[in-house]
Amino acid sequence: MGFWDVTLSLIGGLKYTCLIFALTLVLALPLGLVIAFGSMSKFKPLSYVVKTFVWIIRGVPLMLQVIIFFYVPGFLMGTPVLSRFSSVIAAFVINYACYFSEIYRGGIESISKGQYEAGQVLGMTKTQIFFKIILMQVVKRILAPMSNEVITLVKDTALARVIMIVEVIQAAQNFAGYGLMWPLFYTAVFYLAFVGILTLVFGFFEKKLSYYRV
Amino acid sequence: MPILEVKKLAKSFGKTEVLRGIDFSIEKGDVLSIIGSSGSGKTTLLRCLNFLEFADGGTISVNDKVIYDGATQKKMSEEFIREVRLHFGLVFQSFNLFPQYSVLKNITLAPSLLKFDTPEAIEKKALDLIEKVGLSEKIHSYPCELSGGQQQRVAIARALALNPDILCFDEPTSALDPELTGEVLKVIKELAKQNMTMVIVTHEMDFAREVSDKILFMDNGVVAVQGTPDEVFGNTENERLATFLQSYNQH
Repeated sequence: MGFWDVTLSLIGGLKYTCLIFALTLVLALPLGLVIAFGSMSKFKPLSYVVKTFVWIIRGVPLMLQVIIFFYVPGFLMGTPVLSRFSSVIAAFVINYACYFSEIYRGGIESISKGQYEAGQVLGMTKTQIFFKIILMQVVKRILAPMSNEVITLVKDTALARVIMIVEVIQAAQNFAGYGLMWPLFYTAVFYLAFVGILTLVFGFFEKKLSYYRV
Repeated sequence: MPILEVKKLAKSFGKTEVLRGIDFSIEKGDVLSIIGSSGSGKTTLLRCLNFLEFADGGTISVNDKVIYDGATQKKMSEEFIREVRLHFGLVFQSFNLFPQYSVLKNITLAPSLLKFDTPEAIEKKALDLIEKVGLSEKIHSYPCELSGGQQQRVAIARALALNPDILCFDEPTSALDPELTGEVLKVIKELAKQNMTMVIVTHEMDFAREVSDKILFMDNGVVAVQGTPDEVFGNTENERLATFLQSYNQH
């Protein structure tokens, strides 16, 4: 078991790490906005239901949610419903959407009432006000907390191995069966590179939006 | 025929009556200033005219047409409100420019979204307005790069871009350093000369006296005194007005 064999095997695992990361991000970002609107709804019953849902999702460990999504539907139906991979994606998307929704909500509520009123007296519709005036300001305000959450997501992907998805850590751990411990430590390099790239990307956006203040 | 006529306008927040039957009218080209101490209902009146608040009773008519009736307000569709509110423009105390857009885009955004005109015509009009408020060299600047006075002048141009019949100002200089109020008041005076119909809530008494055709003194949710500047500033009968004006003469 040479260095290259290990590296290739970890890259095989990295494929799943990247896939879980990308799919979760692409689906949870818009879903989070929907959940945020739900929890801010003036229709109280909806707002209570959504807030309770967010409490449950944020209150239960993600690892447990992955297990629940994989085992519980199959147990109830008597036959497996979701594949291992779909269960992981479903659990991750819902979990991250709830965290994102709270970041969105904080951002949206921090925009001054005057911005909405300026749009209103200029005859804009609610949709125009949100998408043309408010959203860009929210994006700038939530960039830092979002980068935190996205970086956490990179490392949370390791939880997928609880239902035997062979991502980077699991790929490394498989070598432990042959008495090799160092591949496990070696995985840190992959995570550091991944997070390093993300840090650069977020830095780029922050710079790009620095031309105005909110 | 008055361009704007307000009758028995009333508004309460919970149990607090903020407006208790406001009556006034103005002719086209007139400048109306509203003065009065804080909490007298000036700002609420202006916000009712712009439908940022909805009066509980009374009517608002523009050009002899009732556009708002407090008795039937629940039946107004959002679309109708958007349409009638375009009779009015509003300049805020705190400017409320859109920080992510340049001066030019701040002014063209709403007309473009409302498909007011062709894009070229909208831009041309915006450039004319920017020149009118004296900011031609700031077309591509962002609000955070401007002084308060410059931001307020952009806000005035932004409101004018939609050709309102009546332009309202909510204490347009209250958020400005004293040395910056002059440039904003100058723009408003210029508009008055060009016969723009305006309703101005202000604490600048000398300015109100100079620019207005008519002044309302509001006290405790009613119009306590109204008349020409000379009539209002010369009034000695109303005690509340006398006390109010005296507090200004002291500083």
